[in-house]
Amino acid sequence: MSDAAMPDFTRRPGPAERGDDEDGEAGAQSVLVGFWLFLMSDAIIFGMVFATYVTSTAATAGGPGPHALYDIPSVALQTVLLLASSFTVGMASLALKYRHGAPRLIGWLLATLALGVAFLGLEIHDFQAMAAKGGSPSRSGFLSAFFDLVPLHGLHVAGGSIWLACLIGQMAMYGVDAPVKLGILRLVLFWHFLDIVWIAIFSVVYLAGMT
Amino acid sequence: MMAPAGDGASGASRGLEERAELRSYGWGLGLALVLTVTPFALVHWAAMPGLPLRGLIGVFALAQVIVHLRFFLQLGFGKKREITLLLLFSALLLLIMLAGTIWIMASLATRMALPVQP
Repeated sequence: MSDAAMPDFTRRPGPAERGDDEDGEAGAQSVLVGFWLFLMSDAIIFGMVFATYVTSTAATAGGPGPHALYDIPSVALQTVLLLASSFTVGMASLALKYRHGAPRLIGWLLATLALGVAFLGLEIHDFQAMAAKGGSPSRSGFLSAFFDLVPLHGLHVAGGSIWLACLIGQMAMYGVDAPVKLGILRLVLFWHFLDIVWIAIFSVVYLAGMT
Repeated sequence: MMAPAGDGASGASRGLEERAELRSYGWGLGLALVLTVTPFALVHWAAMPGLPLRGLIGVFALAQVIVHLRFFLQLGFGKKREITLLLLFSALLLLIMLAGTIWIMASLATRMALPVQP
């Protein structure tokens, strides 16, 4: 690991610091279980925001409703982009686990980042189109609930993308060391989780809104 | 998720394990695509009344969530049992809170003669 003679403040302490991934496996597993706990609490937050949205769908206050505002072809494209990014982040986790080397790992992570950014670009474009049609968050309770739920997921994707870029930077600085590996494993869980939340969004918000 | 603590002798079995995981992701991607495209197609083309269509969308969504958990996150009752139980417990909490909220608010809307859910 790092040079023992020199205090290295650039490294984060953590269970994985006890050794490389063979010795620190128990510590790494407990970090991953902790991350699962965080994901489940985040799922509860999303669930309650979903409940707010579902109970507000009738509160359009005479403003535009789902049929006037939602752009289903764009949502379908966003869904495919996010599903593809879930696949590429999975390939990154396999490249890490089976030691295919840093270039392939970084390639899959960059592909994931590109798909995530493309998703966000389409989503922001849709929000602007909605606002142009009079669907701004302050128009009605329905639209407030919509802009509470869908951009919350978008913020998670933006946060995940920044995290992903940071991990690629870390890899460039320190190589694929134990903290980076643990970071990638958590990011993979986070990214898969975000895709699962998106399944609920396109089903409950967009598709059910068009029925 | 971390590399198993085996030594060099397990190279061939690691190769097999890797192919199995790759296949799992392939199956996951294929099934997820089918389960995504079908509800979009139903909403676009099928002339169905609202309530059954929404139920069908819900069934496809639930199936796709299970596909993601099984094939992408590799959860199951064999390996990663604790995580699966954690997830099921969280799902139970979510179900109670979601169903409770929607029930109470729908009941309130009916009693107060507010606009009902479409």
